Amino acid sequence: MAHIVGAGDTGFGRHEGRSTIDLMTAAAAAALADAGLGRGDIDGLVCGYSTTHPHLMLATVFAEHFGIDPVYAHAVQAGGATGCAMTMLAARLVDAGQCRRILVVGAENRATGQSRDSSVQTLAQVGHPDFEVPYGATIPAYYALLASRYMHVHGVTEADLAEFAVLMRRHAAACPGAHQTAPITVADVLASKPIAAPLKLLDCCPISDGGVALVVAAEGEGAHIAGMGQAHRHQHITHAADLTETGAALAAERALDEAWAGMDDIDYLAIYDSFTITLTMLLEEIGFAPRGGAAAMARDGAFGPGGALPLNTHGGLLAFGHCGVGGGMAHIAEAYRQLAGKAGARQLPGRTTAFVHGDGGVMSSHVSLVLRAD
Amino acid sequence: MTTLADHYWAGCAAGELRYRACTACGARQTFPRAFCPACGSEAVEWRRAAGTGTVHAAAIVTRAPSDAFRPLVPYAILLVDLDEGIRMMAHGAPGLTIGQRVAVTFHLHDGRHLPRFVPL
Ligand SMILES: [Zn+2]
Repeated sequence: MAHIVGAGDTGFGRHEGRSTIDLMTAAAAAALADAGLGRGDIDGLVCGYSTTHPHLMLATVFAEHFGIDPVYAHAVQAGGATGCAMTMLAARLVDAGQCRRILVVGAENRATGQSRDSSVQTLAQVGHPDFEVPYGATIPAYYALLASRYMHVHGVTEADLAEFAVLMRRHAAACPGAHQTAPITVADVLASKPIAAPLKLLDCCPISDGGVALVVAAEGEGAHIAGMGQAHRHQHITHAADLTETGAALAAERALDEAWAGMDDIDYLAIYDSFTITLTMLLEEIGFAPRGGAAAMARDGAFGPGGALPLNTHGGLLAFGHCGVGGGMAHIAEAYRQLAGKAGARQLPGRTTAFVHGDGGVMSSHVSLVLRAD
Repeated sequence: MTTLADHYWAGCAAGELRYRACTACGARQTFPRAFCPACGSEAVEWRRAAGTGTVHAAAIVTRAPSDAFRPLVPYAILLVDLDEGIRMMAHGAPGLTIGQRVAVTFHLHDGRHLPRFVPL
């Protein structure tokens, strides 16, 4: 059984002058310190990708720079699902006996390492180069299409979506290292400038610099990875068979089945939240909220620290921030900290089982994890 | 070499929407390919769509990705279900709503004749 035995992050925001490799280094060093391990204890490396440092062999570049000599190393690319996919791979490698202790690292200077236009254009390339990108589509536009359909079918309103931006800000305010911590209201979200209607600025995560690292090991204390599942049903939104059954529920079912867990066993949620609609759709498709009912649960406090299903207590992508691969890893790091009793002032009492979900592309690539406290 | 995408966009320049269909199993393609992803047959042919359909999803972009699109903002990006049973992305006239019946027109932007749907 693979365990997460350490987590580290750089804090998200603007890290002027720091490169992808600098941020990977800082996150990795913090994770090793948290795990009480040294470089010589690591025999495997799984890293993500960086849009500001595209490289054929980022894992080997990092291994050389950081000073480790792994018996297994390469990068993984699954868009926003990369953090969950890397963690799943590391757990499988440990379970297979290939490695004993694997460093999992994702970082990028996504905010300061390129212009905003460049970032928007790079990310839009998850769309189809011939049949989507030529329309001036952007990531927010793809998710706005999803939102328009989902709101139409399930009666979700813009004010419903806004609840999740407000909630993530509230959580981030209590988390050291969060990118955006100023409190906001539903009215602020509704009044924020339009980006791709129905999505407005505050429905969208910020672009951040930062990095996160985990140590996944065959032995140790923390949380173990009890179940893992994936689903990949389309790449492009135009090709998605059903915009309300994207594959998220399939990935979740596969992970829960492997963990011999039911939805009722889950007492902490770490769900990808690139946009407010992302979070709403994932909560409802997977089944933690009824269709059209996630916002009502949020208003009732179900997803807050005192609720039955505390959600992204670090503030998620919407407020802790989004630096690419590290953004999706921050959810896993926080779930681990809550299960291992390492969440500091945010520590929730008695958490036993966390459900983690990452989504890449436009609800294209889904990876779910079930973590249990050791 | 002329790619399938080139042929598609040449159709748009000529005022027609083209799509690929499999003559072996009948499957119609969202994005054109040289083979049929449903059955693997290479007996795939071009057909011409009627150009009418129904709005499936609609977004209004105000934050353009590049200088080329900034003059167009705000512009509507749609997913349209063509009557032939194929979904496509396209531009749309302002104010179109989900479920509305639409017909294709074309507008020249940045070297391409982009499909733009208007109320039927
Ligand atoms: Zn066929």
